[in-house]
Amino acid sequence: MSQPVHFQLNGQAAEAQPGETLWSTAKRLGIEIPHLCHREGYRPDGNCRACVVEVQGERTLAPSCCRLPTEGMVVQTDSPRAQQSQKMVLEMLLADMPAQGHRWIEDDAHQPHGELSEWATRLEVKVRPALQALSRAASAPADWQDLSHPAMAVNLDACIQCDRCVRACSEEQVNQVIGVQGRGAHTRIVFDMADPMGQSSCVACGECVQACPTGALNPKTLMGSQKVDRKVDSVCPFCGVGCQITYHVRDERIVKVEGREGPANQSRLCVKGRFGFDYAHHPQRLTQPLIRKPGVSKDLDVTRSPDQWAEVFRPATWEEALAVAAGGLKNLKDRHGSKSLAGFGSAKGSNEEAYLFQKLVRTGFGSNNVDHCTRLCHASSVAALLEGVGSGAVSNPVRDVSQAEMIVVIGSNPTANHPVAATWMKNAVQRGARLVHMDPRRTDISTHAWRSLQFKPDTDVALLNAMLFTIFEEGLANPSFVQERTQDFEALRDHVQDFAPEKMAALCGIPAETIREVARAYATSPAAMILWGMGVSQHVHGTDNVRCLIALASVTGQIGRPGTGLHPLRGQNNVQGASDAGLIPMMFPNYQRVSDPAAHRWFEQFWGQPLDAEPGYTVVEIMDKALADDQDPHKVRGMYIMGENPAMSDPDLNHARAALAALDHLVVQDIFMTETAWMADVVLPASAWPEKTGTVSNTDRMVQLGHQALQPPGEAQLDLWIIQQMAQRIGLPWHYPGEQAGVAAVYEEMRQAMAGAIAGISWSRLLAHSSVTYPCMSEDDPGQPIVFQQGFPTATGRARLVPAGLVSANEVPDADYPWVLITGRQLEHWHTGSMTRRTRVLDALEPQATVSMSGHSMAQHGLVPGDWVQVRSRRGEVRLQVRRDDGTPDHTVFIPFAYREAAANLLTNAALDPVGKIPELKYCAVQVLLAA
Amino acid sequence: MRLHLRGRQPEDAALAEVRALIGEAPPQGHRRDLLIEHLHRLQDTYQGLHRRHLVALAHEMNLPRAEVFEVASFYHHFDLLDDGQQAAALTVRVCDSLSCAMAGAGNLLARLPQLLGPNVRVVPAPCVGRCAQAPVAVVHQHPVNFATPQKVQQAVEQKRFHDDGKIEGAISLADYRAQGGYELAAAVTNGEASVDQILDTLEASGLRGLGGAGFPMGRKWRIVRSQPGPRYLAVNLDEGEPGTFKDRVYLERDPHRFLEGVLIAAQVVGTEKVFIYLRDEYHGCRQSLAQALADLENNPPCPLPQWELRRGAGAYICGEESALLESLEGRRGEPRKRPPYIAEVGLFGRPTLAHNFETLYWVRDILQKGAEWFSQQGRHGRKGLRSFSVSGRVREPGVKLAPAGITLRELIDEHCGGMAEGHTLYAYLPGGASGGILPARLADVPLDFDTLQAHGCFIGSAAVVVLGQHDRARDAALNVMRFFADESCGQCTPCRVGTEKAAKLMATPQWDASTLNDLAQVMGDASICGLGQAAPNPIRCVLTYFPHEVQVGGA
Repeated sequence: MSQPVHFQLNGQAAEAQPGETLWSTAKRLGIEIPHLCHREGYRPDGNCRACVVEVQGERTLAPSCCRLPTEGMVVQTDSPRAQQSQKMVLEMLLADMPAQGHRWIEDDAHQPHGELSEWATRLEVKVRPALQALSRAASAPADWQDLSHPAMAVNLDACIQCDRCVRACSEEQVNQVIGVQGRGAHTRIVFDMADPMGQSSCVACGECVQACPTGALNPKTLMGSQKVDRKVDSVCPFCGVGCQITYHVRDERIVKVEGREGPANQSRLCVKGRFGFDYAHHPQRLTQPLIRKPGVSKDLDVTRSPDQWAEVFRPATWEEALAVAAGGLKNLKDRHGSKSLAGFGSAKGSNEEAYLFQKLVRTGFGSNNVDHCTRLCHASSVAALLEGVGSGAVSNPVRDVSQAEMIVVIGSNPTANHPVAATWMKNAVQRGARLVHMDPRRTDISTHAWRSLQFKPDTDVALLNAMLFTIFEEGLANPSFVQERTQDFEALRDHVQDFAPEKMAALCGIPAETIREVARAYATSPAAMILWGMGVSQHVHGTDNVRCLIALASVTGQIGRPGTGLHPLRGQNNVQGASDAGLIPMMFPNYQRVSDPAAHRWFEQFWGQPLDAEPGYTVVEIMDKALADDQDPHKVRGMYIMGENPAMSDPDLNHARAALAALDHLVVQDIFMTETAWMADVVLPASAWPEKTGTVSNTDRMVQLGHQALQPPGEAQLDLWIIQQMAQRIGLPWHYPGEQAGVAAVYEEMRQAMAGAIAGISWSRLLAHSSVTYPCMSEDDPGQPIVFQQGFPTATGRARLVPAGLVSANEVPDADYPWVLITGRQLEHWHTGSMTRRTRVLDALEPQATVSMSGHSMAQHGLVPGDWVQVRSRRGEVRLQVRRDDGTPDHTVFIPFAYREAAANLLTNAALDPVGKIPELKYCAVQVLLAA
Repeated sequence: MRLHLRGRQPEDAALAEVRALIGEAPPQGHRRDLLIEHLHRLQDTYQGLHRRHLVALAHEMNLPRAEVFEVASFYHHFDLLDDGQQAAALTVRVCDSLSCAMAGAGNLLARLPQLLGPNVRVVPAPCVGRCAQAPVAVVHQHPVNFATPQKVQQAVEQKRFHDDGKIEGAISLADYRAQGGYELAAAVTNGEASVDQILDTLEASGLRGLGGAGFPMGRKWRIVRSQPGPRYLAVNLDEGEPGTFKDRVYLERDPHRFLEGVLIAAQVVGTEKVFIYLRDEYHGCRQSLAQALADLENNPPCPLPQWELRRGAGAYICGEESALLESLEGRRGEPRKRPPYIAEVGLFGRPTLAHNFETLYWVRDILQKGAEWFSQQGRHGRKGLRSFSVSGRVREPGVKLAPAGITLRELIDEHCGGMAEGHTLYAYLPGGASGGILPARLADVPLDFDTLQAHGCFIGSAAVVVLGQHDRARDAALNVMRFFADESCGQCTPCRVGTEKAAKLMATPQWDASTLNDLAQVMGDASICGLGQAAPNPIRCVLTYFPHEVQVGGA
């Protein structure tokens, strides 16, 4: 271990920690040195030279941001010589700036250049006329301004060539779009090959904008004056990575989102988090309760404009709407019993909302018919993980990839779906880690891969078992780990005897030698981590796929240590938390089975109500039960849907929509007139995430707190308030005092119900720290980012190895339907698009549905990019335009499911994984025809 | 709506064209460090770099588009072309650095475009290393010495576009071996010579790096060989300091003396591989050096190290040792910040021995003739030999091997046949563009490392440019400042902004001494590398020695 370094700083004795620069040491000791190219957290580059200091005995000045002190060094940060250069650098840069700046200090137009103006003011630097006369501003070329991107303005007249944006793009986010063209005074920042930013490969993460010190790169929503009314800390409402953000609010509108130093994101964001905020202000927000007009039937036309709501609904008061909403449900329960009702909560809501919603269903409806979209994403992963390692959550946080030597990413397109998580993976690769990408689709992450295994869709088990075979055959298992930490090893080893890579190669389309190479590398790596997405889980063999991953990690001992383990990348911002909070039909909060007598007893006592001991139905099953025969005692007749959009997200939408339309009574609580809301009897206008305070739990098991930044529009109400009003009207005597509809009180009750996970995370602790990782058992427990270090929380304390056989997809291509359809998301659009398609920037970037296919496939079928095609399955059809993506395998098309006008889920197959009850959204057979 | 993935996508035809030039990717992918070599192939084949080829190249090399583009845009010898834009059929580069400017480059630049017509692109270029034959124009890759508009026109008409590097009197491998060449290298390689003795001899000789920085050679070898392997040897043949041409002259005539030095260095220091970085302007040398290397490989006197001959691409800054390493890695030639020093963290992050050509050139002679042979030469208390590249107003310009410490007056009188007809000594630049400008009254100062500091100058690569009474120091100063502005990598503020502003201020009849002094101070104090740090030398020298030329009160 290196020792601290002692040196002299401005005449005082100073001590630097190993690796601490002069600049950082000085800052820690209260000495501020001007700096522009340096941004804390980034690699110091030392190019602007504003931070130069005098080091005794050295011929020239030294850049303090990237110079480490040595023992006995004598340093002056404020000697006349150092100060002269510091000031001169500022003056030279300032001389070239335009009169009209783009990022003012607050609303001061006389300090128009952000950090440059700030330092110039502090050091009292003024530009002398001789240099002002030579300003490049006088001859700024027209193409210094680039407004081609919907979100960001480029004004190179304010660029000081500090390269922060280059490091932001290449070293932080590793998108590698920004470069430096030319040299000398002609150097300029360029995108790709000096292309307009809007036509470049920019993914609009906005890291460059956040990094720019002067406003040469700026969000278009906040040019010039930066003065805002308030800045409110929150958490990004999109994916499960859980990036912390700060909303900047002016005139009751969000004008900017900035990345915060959260543990999952360290100030990084992606395009959705940074620029996808204005949905909250969209004119189509629901602002008053609505009741279906008498006599208007529930048709399946969900694609009419939400502006035409008045054709179907009439406005109502909250009193009336709540009475009708709750009354209708209560009537059905009274007439048909508990099982006639069901509720879908949302992974987009807070933990408190999820908790209260499932409590309402369980205690108010009287059954366990409560579920949410976790069923559609990682239900199979959770099932396999609970079975194998006793916990459905991740073993190691995403950022543990920084500790890994090998990173296996399978069935995941992280740069699109978990973009900030992907940045950590790419950083790990830059550091020297080996990344293996296994996915039928070659996506952006593949360009960073050591090996990219583009295996045939549906052959996950064949590939993974072949890896297991190799590990056993070549003696690469970890014998002590197997012996001490696993059970049922022999059965697994015997089972995979039939899966030699040489036999599986043709099936999965990967050469046997490659399978063996990757298996060897994984097994022998000092630390290997597996991360996966829905490419693994959304199959009828999703649970089997995950069983194989668990087996791989367990037999090699790649779990329970830093840089190893199993990480299902959670999709929604709170899918982890909603599941934890019990928004699933077979579990009470914290995964306590409803069928477990002890848990059942505990919750009956805790909630003071008798509870159903029978697990409820899952999402797809509930849709089936809605269409069940009238004699079916479990026929679902009424539903309360909060923030979910099954009329877009469920498989086989014609079926799902018919099911929703068949309900006697449907209450939808949402912020927009969603496709699901069109089927409602009552629509309750709810709150968008920036309008509420609450907690969400990310993929890393971090409970994070977001604060209210805006008031809900019109008469829209906090979801937590609405749930409580509904509860009271179906006879539940709830009372949660306190501001924000009693959110703190709800949280504290939930904490008792989930003591096994979050006992140590009090509301006040969250107010103070805004993010705490669980398991966390006491107030002074820092939380456990890495679990299974000693044992597994299974009955035996060991990981259970479960063999998986080959199961083919439910519907395979044939002569009539010769293509494979893969559905999924794309970077810009979230889930069913209800939010993201209503944000200006995201909609501008991806305005319409496309079907991706490889250039090779297109040539074979005589198609060119832009052709309109009809994609048809046995269940439905959509019409959309062709996009060329050579990463798509042959005979395969990819369609994102966010587009209501070409809803991919009209085509998908509702066949279920028998264990996880997750539908096979990643695979069905379709035909592709040139549209008339 | 996008019909493709984001950004420019590779076209099939362009991919095929790129593959035809650089080959199919090996299983582990194309080598990142060969990017500049690949760009040369495209430039040579298509007379420019079309975007579609760059996109295809980025795809083939699995590199970000921006990375390929920023490298391509850094080097003067790459012409970026928009798709559809026509490449110039022929380019004539007219050297406009100081010696050529004094010899009439301006006239060439003024007259050639009209004379050669619209199909020939005439561009000014920085020093091409032929200052003794000034002015020089280079027709594609063919240098025209003592160029006149007519001579250039003739070369164009006769399609003399290349330089085969053949020089009368050049010493072949056979000749060199006949004189005992490579015996020493073989002895060292076979372990017959004591490494310690070699190091002791080099140290005793006092030989210092002859690229300009003057770091003691023996010490450098000891430092690098003590570092953990693998280690590399990088040879700096990027002779770009205006006024300098000694390396070229020696290389053309006696390449094996240099290569023997390389063999010995590689063996003694224990380097894994040798990279020879040759400036792109030296087209003839590239041919002859490649030939010499091939001859050696075909007839090796002893086991040879692995080596690669790499091509610069028109960037003075790549003569700076860390920028050279960046360029060898296939990147923009931006100098690195030190520490760490390249002896510890150099090429590909490994300890690296970097040497100027000439330093290695003297190794054999010193080891065979003894340390004293070298160290006892010298004058005025200085030791050793220096190869002066002399140009400007002297009767016989050229490379002059002279004792270290010789004065300018002695150098002109004893080695250059005196001043040129009609010229009397007015001023001189002792160390190319970087080394400052001294007045005639300081013509008796010994020329060597460390002797000129007191006068605000340094000897650098010993490129002496002599000015006569018809020349003005301010013109020379402006010429070199413009050169620095053109050649600044643009990385750091003092150099990027300072050189450009200074060049503008220096063009005015009356200098703003206060502002120029402030610029000089920040450039000298706060620039990252020697380019920016030395760039103010001409400002300071003019203000000190020639204030009358710029209408300010003198020092």
